Amino acid sequence: MSALAVAIVVFGLALIGWLAARMRAATFRTPGRARFTALPVHYGYFVAVCALVPPLVFLAIWSLTAPALVTDAVLATPAAAALPPPGFERASILSEARELGAGRGYGAFHDLSATLAPAYATTQTRYDWIATVIALLLAFAGGGLAFTRVRPDFAARTQVERVVMLLLLAASLIAILTTVGIVASLLYESARFFRIVPIGDFLFGMHWSPQVIDARDPGASLGAVPLFWGTFFIGAVIAMAVAIPFGLMSAIYLTQYAHVRTRAWMKPVLEMLAGVPTVVYGYFAALTVAPAVRQLGVALGVANASSESALAAGAVMGIMIIPFVSSMADDSIAAVPAAMRDGSLAMGATQSETIRRVILPAALPGVVGGILLAVSRAIGETMIVVMAASGVATLTANPFASTTTVTKQIVDLLTGEAEFDSAKTLAAFALGLTLFVITLALNIVALTVVKRYREAYE
Amino acid sequence: MNKSRLPTDWTATAVQRRTRRRYAAERRFRLMGLAAVWLSAAFLAFLLASMVWEGLSGFRQTRIALPIDFAAAKLAVTPAQLHGRGADLALAGAGLENAVDGAATRAFGPGGADLISDGAWLVVRDAVKRDPALLRGRTTIAVPVASAIDVAAKHDGTPAAEAAVARLQARGLLTTSWSGGFLTAADSTDPTRVGIWGALKGSLLTMAVTIVLAFPIGVLAALYLEEYAPRNRWTDLIEVSINNLAAVPSIIFGLLGLAVFLGTFHLPRSAPLVGGLTLALMTMPVIVITGRNAIKAVPPSIRDAALAVGASPVQVVFDHVLPLALPGILTGTIIGMARALGETAPLLMIGMRAFIAAPPSRLTDPATVLPVQIFLWSDDIDRGFVEKTSAAIIVLLVVLLAMNGLAIYLRNRFETRW
Repeated sequence: MSALAVAIVVFGLALIGWLAARMRAATFRTPGRARFTALPVHYGYFVAVCALVPPLVFLAIWSLTAPALVTDAVLATPAAAALPPPGFERASILSEARELGAGRGYGAFHDLSATLAPAYATTQTRYDWIATVIALLLAFAGGGLAFTRVRPDFAARTQVERVVMLLLLAASLIAILTTVGIVASLLYESARFFRIVPIGDFLFGMHWSPQVIDARDPGASLGAVPLFWGTFFIGAVIAMAVAIPFGLMSAIYLTQYAHVRTRAWMKPVLEMLAGVPTVVYGYFAALTVAPAVRQLGVALGVANASSESALAAGAVMGIMIIPFVSSMADDSIAAVPAAMRDGSLAMGATQSETIRRVILPAALPGVVGGILLAVSRAIGETMIVVMAASGVATLTANPFASTTTVTKQIVDLLTGEAEFDSAKTLAAFALGLTLFVITLALNIVALTVVKRYREAYE
Repeated sequence: MNKSRLPTDWTATAVQRRTRRRYAAERRFRLMGLAAVWLSAAFLAFLLASMVWEGLSGFRQTRIALPIDFAAAKLAVTPAQLHGRGADLALAGAGLENAVDGAATRAFGPGGADLISDGAWLVVRDAVKRDPALLRGRTTIAVPVASAIDVAAKHDGTPAAEAAVARLQARGLLTTSWSGGFLTAADSTDPTRVGIWGALKGSLLTMAVTIVLAFPIGVLAALYLEEYAPRNRWTDLIEVSINNLAAVPSIIFGLLGLAVFLGTFHLPRSAPLVGGLTLALMTMPVIVITGRNAIKAVPPSIRDAALAVGASPVQVVFDHVLPLALPGILTGTIIGMARALGETAPLLMIGMRAFIAAPPSRLTDPATVLPVQIFLWSDDIDRGFVEKTSAAIIVLLVVLLAMNGLAIYLRNRFETRW
């Protein structure tokens, strides 16, 4: 039986246990008894949990260890003696035999795998039956033991609620686990990378060309400074040059000038800009904006105007960020006490003077925090630069020239044909670690700024 | 000090000039704000309009009326072979493809076989399967044209293709009509035969994995943090990591998926299972944050009332708070899912960029998803893929619009203001 079928049977048993325990507990309700420690349904859940958890835990452990046990058993058969020594060929024969044994393969490329396939099939069947029997025994034992405890004086609710609390705690620990997973995997792979390439070469090297890596001195062509500059130039300079004026002015207009009804439908329209998938922006940048920017560059007399310019990618990215800047500015403008605005207007200042001299300075920390968050979003943005920016790392401040970014390089490095452990693929993890650290720092600084500022007015 | 100031002379020219200048500045500032709003909206309109404009033709297909003389072609098939599962194989084996190419050469002159799509004979095959009587005589079947001709008929093509189209149109052979093939086929190397269904199915499977994992975990974590968690360092750590996860660039989740799910657990590459797991980790913090806000909005009086009649803390939360907070949680979940559906970068990291010609049927089959399909087609040099890319974008945007519409509907229909 497959693991899924076993799981379904176990769930069925748990359901039977649930029904039986509930029925039995319902008989406790005799006249004259004043207090109960639990409702019948709690007894039901108690039995169901006891019948469910042990076999499921067993199946989870089993599904991790069984493939290795099956392979060991197959290697012990006489036919396995003909296998080549450990290596790629041996692994491919074994995996092919496993597929054939499970009835999935498309035919045997190796003769040996065809002879090993029946061994796999029989061993797999035997182990599957062992697993089924143990899982069912565990379900019966757990459910049965729990059922004997279904008595009026047994506090089933407390027990069930303890399990619920454990479940809740486990769910919230997943977040920590994810963070730990990200940090650990990035650190581990980056550490392997820095064993090949000195960390100084990577962080301060001025030359990036992963296509040709000199095996004797890999650090010479893996210096990431051009990438950092390109990321900063596209994400923090060009994109922000578009997003800050547009986002800030939209927020000011919608909060200070626009009619309530205009605001009610205009704000969602602007927020749709943030809902468009980035791959759509990327396609738009590559197909429509980039050629136009190149023509503009040629018309302006820029000699090396590229069709993969930093300007095209940065401008489209800026447009994507507009609603982000706008809603952050909106929040911090709304948090400025009305008394300050009214005071300024009462002194005879025009509305724009009030906004520029009173409201904006008061809202500045919040706006700056929002901009930092927007920068962190922009430098982590991937698809627009993958589709519209160049893959060649150049150290230039010319917006019409081609530049590349960290995210674009991560995608390029990992979607090539290189094997997993080369300096090239490991470099992607080092870039990822850098990106993670920088965005994390930006977020922490931004949130601290925003939080401080809120406290000042509340 | 008896030196009182004179009252301002409002009629003085200097004062009036200054006032005019200040009012002009006011108008300029206001106009700038209006311009910022309208330009942003205009950009959105331009983006959507250009996608629709480019993409609508992707749902249409140019067909050419191809006269075929089956009797003369003498295909070696018996009528009995044209029923059941062997029919495709029998017709292919009988040289139907060559017969169709030959018919095209006879009908349209030398090079005629290049005018029709590589998949044209499949259309003929299906027509023959529907009506085996066709094989006894001659007939005319409308078959798809080759990609270059299709492009030339709908937009501007190469000079050679344009000339061919002009010639064929003069004979009244070309028709362009809506074709359902784009919505039902999977990826292909030939732009006239591609479809979006394979990617859509991959997206559906991936989203299924994501929601099955992210929704329960996200809701349970939100309940714990909002209702039970003691204020201590551990809780702070959980909160900080959830807030940070929501701001981590999506590509980092792709690296995590690559290193952990593929590198450590050896799950299959390109599979909806791995894509769904990766996106679930990304969506979970969004659900936790919106879920907490929805739970916070449930007034404490509800909890107090339930506690007062003897409910346990778990009963209070699961029987009273959760049902009341559910509309808000669902709205947040749908918005998080919409974001996951449009996500591309992390899925590229876990290998979902392969050419997949068959729609996936299991969670471990190699698959691609809508945004990745858009990315792959946008990279293709064949001119015929341009309109297909935009058409795929239309499909993606329609799905996203439907999801967001559902979220707005849920919010308006079920949200309670306390």
